[in-house]
Amino acid sequence: MPAPPETPETEPRSALPVVTPTRVVVGLCLFVPFVALLWVSSYSRTEPTLIGLPFFYWYQMLWVLLSGALTMVAYKLVRREDARRRGEREDGGR
Amino acid sequence: MNGVNGVALGVFFFFFALVTAMGFLAARWRRAENAQSLDEWGLGGRSFGTWVTWFLLGGDLYTAYTFVAVPAAIYAAGASGFFAVPYTILVYPLIFTFLPRLWSVSHRHGYVTTSDFVRGRFGSKSLALAVAVTGILATMPYIALQLVGIQSVLDVMGIGGGESTHWFVKDLPLLIAFAVLAAYTYSSGLRAPALIAFVKDTLIYIVIAVAIIYIPIKLGGFDDIFAKAGDALSQTNPATGKPKGEVTPSSPNQWAYATLAFGSALALFMYPHSITATLSSGSRNVIRRNTTILPLYSLMLGLLALLGFMAIAAGIKVENGQLAIPQLFENMFPDWFAGVAFAAIGIGALVPAAIMSIAAANLFTRNIYKDFIRPHATPEEETKVSKIVSLLVKVGALVFVLGMDKTVAINFQLLGGIWILQTFPALVGGLFTRWFHRWALLAGWAVGMVYGTVTAYGVASPVQKHFGGSNDVIPGIGEIGYIGLTAFVLNALVAVVLTVVLRALKAPEGVDETKPSDYTADAGDPGVEEELPAPTAAH
Repeated sequence: MPAPPETPETEPRSALPVVTPTRVVVGLCLFVPFVALLWVSSYSRTEPTLIGLPFFYWYQMLWVLLSGALTMVAYKLVRREDARRRGEREDGGR
Repeated sequence: MNGVNGVALGVFFFFFALVTAMGFLAARWRRAENAQSLDEWGLGGRSFGTWVTWFLLGGDLYTAYTFVAVPAAIYAAGASGFFAVPYTILVYPLIFTFLPRLWSVSHRHGYVTTSDFVRGRFGSKSLALAVAVTGILATMPYIALQLVGIQSVLDVMGIGGGESTHWFVKDLPLLIAFAVLAAYTYSSGLRAPALIAFVKDTLIYIVIAVAIIYIPIKLGGFDDIFAKAGDALSQTNPATGKPKGEVTPSSPNQWAYATLAFGSALALFMYPHSITATLSSGSRNVIRRNTTILPLYSLMLGLLALLGFMAIAAGIKVENGQLAIPQLFENMFPDWFAGVAFAAIGIGALVPAAIMSIAAANLFTRNIYKDFIRPHATPEEETKVSKIVSLLVKVGALVFVLGMDKTVAINFQLLGGIWILQTFPALVGGLFTRWFHRWALLAGWAVGMVYGTVTAYGVASPVQKHFGGSNDVIPGIGEIGYIGLTAFVLNALVAVVLTVVLRALKAPEGVDETKPSDYTADAGDPGVEEELPAPTAAH
């Protein structure tokens, strides 16, 4: 069986590079929750409490909202850039 | 336990009858021209919009078992059980990154399962088979645990029967629930759980909202709850000679907490049922938009988890930790509202059980039956086989629950999580690059599976000699961590090293039937399969 060619891409490439500033920001938005939540020693304590809840618990629940907001930002950015990439491809193709 | 709670039972049956009717009517909901295709039965015509997908994925990822087991884990050991919250937060950035690509390539090539994709990408039937078998093996005990969830509610309502009751009478309610589930999944496919998920979530949200305000008021506020729970958890456990648990993880347990959260997040969307729910959405953007609103469920899960502390503070004493939360509801709520809460848990079990059995059936039909037994099966035949297999899978789960000790199902579910994580390199690796060699991926998978299974078998706990937990010492680091994640790292290392070797040897790479633009295609692009015109009402 012959090996497939290394790059089977035959379609015209988008003028935008693979790594754009937008994509870097999107990547950061998606990555920050991992740092915040996997670094357990940074939040494993009782004080300050919130309505009686130890910090450990309300901090992580707060991250549900923060992470949702960050993903929302990532979503808006990706949509905008997707539209740009798509627009370019259609200009070239049609 | 105590006698039958008539009011709670009546409310429970009312809701159960309601969703049963909905399950059968679902077949007519947004019906397509060709109801006999597997896309139609198994993916709901791939046309679900943001809201339906939200309910479906929510109903699917946050199962009845989760609702019972997460607070039960906190009830038993305190903070360590709360890992479910970071775990379900981290899963969404991952879904955001990976699954739109899978959606696109699946819609271009008509893939129904992850295994379809792996075969198409790497041209390897054996790798696809490995992925399919892992998926089915990991899903079966998960379905069994849903039935365990229903059983715990029935027990607390007093109709589970005691040990002395005749086995048939004891298991009759579960058998009925099961038969109903099987019948409407068979007739309505994925549309049934999608529709029922609305009822389930509404009930669960109401119950949580009430529980999180009403119970703390009755118990004297969170200050009191945590003070009492802290005292109770610091008592010495006679079996281990150590405290029962802790309110915040101390440093030896932080690695376990973090690796368990991360490993479980990686594993969650590898499960066939998460993929099924994702592929059934109408466009790439439906998936991404959903990752911004699905965390709402994690908030609910966090609140639910706190119920575990409330059960400790309320002095609930149960032998089987799974009964702690149903018992808390029974003790705290008026009868009629306890009935609503039990219905929420019971229906919460039916939705994922239906989706899981459909997902496992799709895997079997596409990647075992069609690839290895009857390559020329027609779409009608595929759907027929899938429907029958979804029944068999559920019967298998039922036998599991009735025939074996519950701990067996829990052990297997623990193993299932470790196993399913081993399909990650082939699937996610394949979504981004064709660099990996198919044989290297297969070897990595095998190493991960064997290491994970053997290590998990060797973990002892005070009550069990084997499968005593999901954590063990991480070789080379020396901290205690999640076995699944260690196995995954080994798996990835083997895959990378062998790929370098096999490429140097110029081993045949297999044919890749996909091309780069397939991974970014969206609904409306040329060649993107759309069985149904996108319904605008659901957006």
